[in-house]
Amino acid sequence: MAELDTSSSGGHKKGPGVKKSKKLSTRIDLTPMVDLGFLLITFFIYTTTMAKPKTMEINMPYNDKNLTIEEKNKVKKSAALTVLLSRNHRVYYYEGIGDDPEHAPDIQVTTFSSTKGIRDEIIAKKKKVDGLKKTGELGEKDETTILIKADTTSTYSDLVNILDEMNINDIKVYAIVDISDLEQGWIKATEDANPGKK
Amino acid sequence: MPHAKLPRKSTNIDMTAMCDVAFLLLSFFMLATKFKPDEPVVVVTPSSISQITLPDVDIMMITVDPKGRIFFSIDNKLKRKDLIEDINSEKKLGLTPDEINSFALGSSIGVPLNQLKSFLGAPPDQQKQLISAAPGIPADTNAFAPNNELAAWVNSARNTNNRLRICIKADGDASFPNVQKIIKTFEGEKIFKFNLITNLKAIPSGTAAYDDAHAGEKKS
Repeated sequence: MAELDTSSSGGHKKGPGVKKSKKLSTRIDLTPMVDLGFLLITFFIYTTTMAKPKTMEINMPYNDKNLTIEEKNKVKKSAALTVLLSRNHRVYYYEGIGDDPEHAPDIQVTTFSSTKGIRDEIIAKKKKVDGLKKTGELGEKDETTILIKADTTSTYSDLVNILDEMNINDIKVYAIVDISDLEQGWIKATEDANPGKK
Repeated sequence: MPHAKLPRKSTNIDMTAMCDVAFLLLSFFMLATKFKPDEPVVVVTPSSISQITLPDVDIMMITVDPKGRIFFSIDNKLKRKDLIEDINSEKKLGLTPDEINSFALGSSIGVPLNQLKSFLGAPPDQQKQLISAAPGIPADTNAFAPNNELAAWVNSARNTNNRLRICIKADGDASFPNVQKIIKTFEGEKIFKFNLITNLKAIPSGTAAYDDAHAGEKKS
């Protein structure tokens, strides 16, 4: 009992009945750390932008002031379909380019719905142009041409939808053109003829 | 028959491996993450079937909110500084170096040029409030109209970085005349190729694009 215990840290002597202090395990409970790790992972998964925004490329026609009207209107009438976008996502369309103020074309109304909408009309027009090509009425180089004219009551989503239809139906020649007063009059006339549907 | 004694297993699991995995994933996500850029306004873009992804750099973004307000931004900080110095000297705005720095570090601009100085002079947290109340950049269908400030921005941005990709990010409910102003301004600036930001939607079956996309599958 006169022995000095130098090994214990406390410095106090241990009696014979006192047990030696237990060696502490070096193992730590890692559960909270794992919790923290997964919490941070969840945060980063939520904030990360994995899906990059998609984009649609469009080419506008080169608008040269030197071009004469005849050169601009080179579009063959029988290959053309004019689409007018108007209020409430309504779509008006007619065959040809509507350059004859005397004879208003046969204007039809439809929507962007996937069945019986504008898509079916575009497909029908494509078939028609293919038929005309076979009979020789249209040359080999003529393509179905769609003129897109949006009026002031249409929205941007209408424009994107119709451009999307061009991609969906593989229409190679299309153009966004300013609407003429004549066509706005036709839209109004069609609206007036169908009251209660505004 | 002797009864087989099942050894009692400890419920303690070694968490070290799990911890390793957790932090490995954590470091992956931290490095791979790119925080969503500050958007001036909430814009819900319409959907299209287009699958072209937007590149990371050299983007000029023109944002149109449902009310038709126009916001302008470009991505690169250094180019932003060049741009604002260009605009500053051209339009004689008299911006201080602090205000120029504020532009370089900021995000979108949606105020007319005559309000630009007071906007950039405001502290960053106040700028956010100002953006939500901003009137938008004035634009016109004529690119050469004196009040068409969008044309001035586009022009200066293209002078400082000629590889810019021009994108329009407009809300589906934005009215067409507001978008037309931008398109006409681009035309005046001789930009005939630009991008419209859209969401992705599935290609409807039975159409030409659908056949195209699935042509490879049928053969194989």
